[in-house]
Amino acid sequence: MAGAFPSKEEGTLAVLTIKIQGQIGSCNIDADIEAGTGVTALYGPSGAGKSTILRALAGLWQPESGVIEVQGHTLFDTENKINVPAQKRRMGAVFQDPLLFPHLSVEKNLRYGMKPGEVGWDAVLSLLNLQDLIGRMPRHLSGGEAQRVALARAILSDPQVLLLDEPMTGLDDERRLQVLPYLERLRDETTIPIVYVSHRRDEILQLADLVFMVENGNAQEELTPFEFEEATKTNVIRRRDEA
Amino acid sequence: MALFNDPQIWGVVLLSLKVAALAIVVALPFAIWIGKLLAGPSFFGKALLSALVHLPLVLPPVVTGYALLVTFGRRGWIGSYLDQWGISFTFSWTGASLAAGIMAFPLIVRPIRLAFEAQDDRLLEMASLLGASGRRRFLTITLPQAWSGIIAGMVLGFAKALGEFGATITFVSNIPDETQTLSLAIYTLLQSPSGDNAALTLITLSIILSFVAIFASEWLAHSHQKKRER
Repeated sequence: MAGAFPSKEEGTLAVLTIKIQGQIGSCNIDADIEAGTGVTALYGPSGAGKSTILRALAGLWQPESGVIEVQGHTLFDTENKINVPAQKRRMGAVFQDPLLFPHLSVEKNLRYGMKPGEVGWDAVLSLLNLQDLIGRMPRHLSGGEAQRVALARAILSDPQVLLLDEPMTGLDDERRLQVLPYLERLRDETTIPIVYVSHRRDEILQLADLVFMVENGNAQEELTPFEFEEATKTNVIRRRDEA
Repeated sequence: MALFNDPQIWGVVLLSLKVAALAIVVALPFAIWIGKLLAGPSFFGKALLSALVHLPLVLPPVVTGYALLVTFGRRGWIGSYLDQWGISFTFSWTGASLAAGIMAFPLIVRPIRLAFEAQDDRLLEMASLLGASGRRRFLTITLPQAWSGIIAGMVLGFAKALGEFGATITFVSNIPDETQTLSLAIYTLLQSPSGDNAALTLITLSIILSFVAIFASEWLAHSHQKKRER
């Protein structure tokens, strides 16, 4: 985190630019995303390729061929033999499973990705209300608490983009309602661009500033939240009628 | 009871502990390395490497001892080179350690390999995303997660090294105060008509040592678990 926790009041306006064109088996992944700061959502049914796009961005999955560019930097390019390893991509990520290191305390988990001299500790702890949890071991956290720690750990690693892959899927409705306000705070109070993957319409409507519909690995159709609501309303009505 | 005050008896015990300890200390880093390789993705020669590691388990110990003699003996194809540098394993306690380490190696590797195999690779992916290099991931995630397997491997290996007989007597012979470890001393005493009492003392000490080793490992594993649960 350069200097301090980047709040919207102090920070520079970040924009998100992502370009992925790649081949995985017979499926062609294609995403050309340009968005402002805030939450850019990738929405689509299970198996549409949303998580594949995220894993490709993070460097956890390698397309057989293609190009990946984030914020104007080439992270992967088969033609020019470029492949920036995951540890150098500065992608914060939170998945469905918080993946906290079970042998490390919450504090050590949070500090894992921090570089010496970096600040922002207090701001992030306060943003996600973690002050009372830092002495605990991950096994003693509830699902919602663990997910908040995972979010804080990702932010403290000073990412250029925060990738959230269905971070609330593993939570029941009660826990989901507990975590959601923190995601809203993250969106409203930081300048880190967020890519949010979900197959849940209600989450997208609550969080997203811009929505990309993903189908067969293709994320080209760009919708505002209003357009997204309208576009998906018919599906919701149709599903309700079918039921 | 007077036998427990016999310095020769304690000499044998201390020599055995020294031989087994050196065997484990030297074998452990290799065992972790090989365990990690065998637990990892497939590579050319993996099956052969696994077979080689496990060979001492199924080979008659005398054959392993002979192989060591041919390899590390003064005229062996590695031993002859080492001899030029003044390093010799033959008829020395370091040779007994080498034999014990080779015989114990598969038992050290196996639990370590299983511990590595049981690990959640997604934790390593997460560590990468947090900027950790391969070396840091290994030291901070992989190794601590495999700690119980490492302890189990060390204890099993130590117990095996402490009781090693066949390969040791073939490779470094049975020399009092130099290569005569517990098993060899018990064997020697049982050959002598007046050695029964001393043999019984050593047998008792062997049993006590084995128990202590197992209790120590249980305690280590337990305290590690407690530390993780805190």
